[in-house]
Amino acid sequence: METISDILKSERQQAWRDELRKSMKAKERTSIPRVKMPEQDPHVRNKNHSEVNLGLTDEMAIKEAQRCLDCVDPTCITGCPVGINIPKFIKRIEQGEFLESAKTLKETNALPAVCGRVCPQEVQCEANCFYVQKLKKDPVAIGFLERFAADYERNSGNISVPGVDNKNGIKVAVIGSGPAGLAVAGDMIKWGYDVTVFEALHEIGGVLKYGIPEFRLPNEIVDVEIDNLKQMGVKFETNFIVGTTATVDDLRKEGFEAFFVGSGAGLPKFMNIPGENYRRIFSSNEYLTRVNLMNAANPDYDTPVFSGKNVAVIGGGNTAMDSVRTSKRLGADRSMIIYRRSIEEMPARVEEVKHAQEEGVEFMNLNSPVEYFADEKGNVNKMLVQKMELGEPDSSGRRRPVPLEGSEYEVKVDTVVVAIGVSPNPLIPASMPELEVTDWGTIKVDKDTMQSSVEGIFAGGDIVRGGATVILAMGDGRKAAKGMHEYLKSKVGKK
Amino acid sequence: MNKIVEKEQLNNNVVKLVIHAPRIARKRKAGHFVIVKINKKGERIPLTIADADAAKGTITLVIQKVGVTSHKLSLMEEGDSLADVVGPLGHATEIYKAGTVLCAGGGVGVAPLLPIARAFKKAGNRVLSVIAARNRDLIILEDEMRECSDELIIMTDDGSYGKQGLVTHGMEEILDMVKVNLAVTIGPAIMMKFASMTTKKYNVPTIASLNTIMVDGTGMCGACRVSVDGKTRFVCVDGPEFDAHKIDYDEMIMRLGAYEDMEREAYEKYLETVSK
Repeated sequence: METISDILKSERQQAWRDELRKSMKAKERTSIPRVKMPEQDPHVRNKNHSEVNLGLTDEMAIKEAQRCLDCVDPTCITGCPVGINIPKFIKRIEQGEFLESAKTLKETNALPAVCGRVCPQEVQCEANCFYVQKLKKDPVAIGFLERFAADYERNSGNISVPGVDNKNGIKVAVIGSGPAGLAVAGDMIKWGYDVTVFEALHEIGGVLKYGIPEFRLPNEIVDVEIDNLKQMGVKFETNFIVGTTATVDDLRKEGFEAFFVGSGAGLPKFMNIPGENYRRIFSSNEYLTRVNLMNAANPDYDTPVFSGKNVAVIGGGNTAMDSVRTSKRLGADRSMIIYRRSIEEMPARVEEVKHAQEEGVEFMNLNSPVEYFADEKGNVNKMLVQKMELGEPDSSGRRRPVPLEGSEYEVKVDTVVVAIGVSPNPLIPASMPELEVTDWGTIKVDKDTMQSSVEGIFAGGDIVRGGATVILAMGDGRKAAKGMHEYLKSKVGKK
Repeated sequence: MNKIVEKEQLNNNVVKLVIHAPRIARKRKAGHFVIVKINKKGERIPLTIADADAAKGTITLVIQKVGVTSHKLSLMEEGDSLADVVGPLGHATEIYKAGTVLCAGGGVGVAPLLPIARAFKKAGNRVLSVIAARNRDLIILEDEMRECSDELIIMTDDGSYGKQGLVTHGMEEILDMVKVNLAVTIGPAIMMKFASMTTKKYNVPTIASLNTIMVDGTGMCGACRVSVDGKTRFVCVDGPEFDAHKIDYDEMIMRLGAYEDMEREAYEKYLETVSK
């Protein structure tokens, strides 16, 4: 049997790749500096909702693609959760065959324009790039190039629809239309299944729509990728909560033979400190959903959002960065990140932290709120913050924050956004008592097939991980699709 | 899209809409709610399901005009469609044979109370009900409540119908006379607060069904959080019903007003466009 590495090797040996490699000396390639992503000016962009990163020009992309050495052993791929054939798509760019490049991306990734924007490439593919590993240089800008190829295709009006196998008539259900679910749908439809995606909200895309802001990932781009899946034959049902609108058993009776649960980590965590239920203290989910999904900042839409002049965002992850940068755009004078560890320990992507800093966000690291206070109406007006210092490393390997007694001080605030993480959404597990879950409420799965304790039910993304990234969810989705495909093949064989 | 198949004006401020939603109609139980969004630019609001007909595939919602969205809903007609209806949401009411059940509803809260009263009646309980409103015009679903109640007391603030007084007066009348095993109260937050204080005096276990601000209704946003027995709970996934004696009503009332200024301003602006 041909392995993936055989396929990669034989593709690398194709004449066009060989020719391209010989067209430029390695030394010449490695002497090209890494491209810089053109960005909106920080003081302009912090007042609008348009994308911060503007994308590479054709020339910039080709030049950056020339840096890639088309290695014999492309270690970058091992860093990609969905296994994109990275050298191939980059070499297509170098060749000027941008549409072919986009096709290569879509072989393994249902959402390239999304991943090119929100993946933490610096800890995945780019961290495994030869430039970093061996040359101690800046890696090839794989993420920027992925975005370039996907955007080029979208803007060309020549969007390719990946081919699908003959329909096998087997119905499969995908629960949740976030990145995990869309990845499953993308693979299963290619293999000929009859795929329906069920979504609880009124829009398709999950966290890509309600969570990640326009300035990082425009909804329009998500819609184009979803439209691609629709053209491949994926059906979508919005306003449908599996577990209540219909149960898994009901859907089995309607002919669905396998299920993927990608319902996400919906439930926001709070710190349970005094005053946290005062008005104008929001979860990041609420704050971002109002703005991103419900368009609350647009006066033509009915949903309101309150966003004041002194905004404190509690937390240090990407969601905290999204929230604090949103608050700037909604007119805050002072937008603060309050995080209990130092800036080095923040889980947010380096790029997001940098962008936030450029946009004028204040970072109050080694600080943690202990109590909130409010005016007579119950609107929060100040918070008591305690200083922290770093102690011994904890189970996560990061140094544990230790409160400094007596260091409390007051900060004036009129809006607080709590972005300290999420718990798994309980709706599906609650409707299926036979589904085994962990103490944290995440669904237990076999790590190779992603099958849960219930036969024919697979799961992945945050409902299994408890809170991770878009790309890890998509990687789970691809793995689950494979597991589901094997399961259904063996089931049909038995019949 | 969910079509409105029937509309009835219950009074000047309250309409009843029967909506085509076959899957929800099949699954819904007493106590469940839905989230409704009128159109693309609309907001998501929670509404308790007042009734359903699984055979016809419809659910019934009762809406009181209080702001932009409810006003727009009240102007919709038969044949119009709602862009989005999702549900059933929340935990259904736990229905069992308790003995004697006191159902106390205020204003438009009588609509979500009705299916619960019916369910308790069907489960073999003796159902004693009190429905209350400011005046005669605001009393809704009287016939339906009477049908599923062994006794029905009507209270109006101004005495224009039934007896004069608050819902709690009617409740006390019953509590003084008979041993009540369980009470259910639904209505404005302030009414539920006093209704709970009343049953507490008589040591009657009580449940209250809460209607707080929500965005998604599935546990995601946390806008609906309330303190129950000192712990933060989400009305959408932990409720909507809680032990009425343990709810922090003052906090709930405070949080219900979170957007009051913006809502009032938006409503005034909207009313200008309607009157033109």
